[in-house]
Amino acid sequence: MRPYAYVRAHDVEGAVATLAEAPNAAFLAGGTNLVDLMKLGVETPDVLVDVRRLTSDRVEDLEDGGLRVGAAVPNSVLAADRKVRTRYPALSQALLAGASGQLRNLATTGGNLLQRTRCVYFYDTTTPCNKREPGSGCSAIDGHNKNHAILGSSEHCVATHPSDMAVAMAALDAFVNVLGPDGDRRIPIEDLHRLPGDEPQRDTILEHCELITSVDLPPLRFLSNSKYRKVRERASYAFALVSVAAALDVEDGVVRDIRIALGGVAHKPWRATKAEETLRGEPASEENFRAAAEIELEDAESLRDNAFKLPLARNVMVRTLLELSEER
Amino acid sequence: MGQHKGWLRKGRIVDAEITLRVDGAERRLTVDTRTTLLDALRERLGITSPKKGCDHGQCGACTLLLDGRRVNSCLALAVAYDGSEIITAEGLAENGQLHPLQRAFVEHDGYQCGYCTPGQIVSALGMLDEAEAGWPSHVTEDLNVEEIVLDDEEIRERMSGNLCRCAAYANIVPAIREVSDR
Repeated sequence: MRPYAYVRAHDVEGAVATLAEAPNAAFLAGGTNLVDLMKLGVETPDVLVDVRRLTSDRVEDLEDGGLRVGAAVPNSVLAADRKVRTRYPALSQALLAGASGQLRNLATTGGNLLQRTRCVYFYDTTTPCNKREPGSGCSAIDGHNKNHAILGSSEHCVATHPSDMAVAMAALDAFVNVLGPDGDRRIPIEDLHRLPGDEPQRDTILEHCELITSVDLPPLRFLSNSKYRKVRERASYAFALVSVAAALDVEDGVVRDIRIALGGVAHKPWRATKAEETLRGEPASEENFRAAAEIELEDAESLRDNAFKLPLARNVMVRTLLELSEER
Repeated sequence: MGQHKGWLRKGRIVDAEITLRVDGAERRLTVDTRTTLLDALRERLGITSPKKGCDHGQCGACTLLLDGRRVNSCLALAVAYDGSEIITAEGLAENGQLHPLQRAFVEHDGYQCGYCTPGQIVSALGMLDEAEAGWPSHVTEDLNVEEIVLDDEEIRERMSGNLCRCAAYANIVPAIREVSDR
């Protein structure tokens, strides 16, 4: 591992200021992804600014009836939080479907959002990768790409975002609170992660020195009827091939409101807005769910090894929505 | 690159003095900032029960209790956990008596080569506390359940972060279950 300075700032403002003057510095929280990437030489910061003890590690009620999750809340604690379990079950389920018990205890809310792709070529420093080394090429487009994107990719990158938690948060319409040198800003989670375009090295819209301080979950009652379904190659402790987070509000058999997000299919948690629009105001039937899923996937394109993701994404969407409509 | 050298020159450098409380004893040491908790214990303090399997957070052989919670010590930088309380498998025996989990692993033959065993046992200890606290798992049917019942399926799911390449799982699960059922 390359040598680096370890800095523990006094407060979040100090941490942000430190990164503002150090272009190769990085924030450190749980470290479950960053430390691994540093061992592999994929990430090579010269300064680590430890923010784990600086941001909040609490889940608190907001005045509007929502919840604020501190950036330092461990994934395990967030999954077990009683309010989250009751009001946002998809979020608990997503967290519990990710990683292992040990990793969930170390990993934080802010860090989970900022974890990097698990594309094998990104991790293998002997191969070209535009995300790791812009301009070097993409090894996955014509390589082993079973785990790669079917939506929103570019000729420069076909990687997927690996987080389960972020997919649930996308379906729950969360907001990410960020501190920068000029103060706070509040980002709809859908806008946090970006599609690769011609800058696949940038996973998010955050500036170098911006720090995630918390995530807000909105006070929408029907989010208590939400669910996360994940398909993976092992029963436990594996990244998603495809996952679906959804929330459904049905009255008299008609879809009043709906949220759907897909994981494992794109460079970011994929909010299925086309499917949502198709279903709003329509009868909550299997037929309609399938039609909506197919509309969402109209533009999906498969690579050599991942054509299975198209029917899989459709079927998991349909099954998840069916379960949510039956459980009401 | 200029910044890189600048930071290192400023003296916030690559060595840090830390204190860890390991299995009840206070240990002071100077570590390179790149040192993981796992390497600090094994290479610097001679505490070798946490094992280095994959060194990438995938196998669980390095599991220890960090301030009461099970973690992968290969991904935790020692400098970031200055002042922490650490429990390893070596610290579980009391008055010369093996911990009930250790006894159960012996009785049920919960290993073959034994390399993953200290990590399995510490992980099981942390896992039992999590279940006691009512934390659900991926296989818990009712997310809002008050009391967790640790059946074989629950134990398997909750222990999935500990690999055993000898595949002694068929004996590890009953060993843990015997202790959890008490």
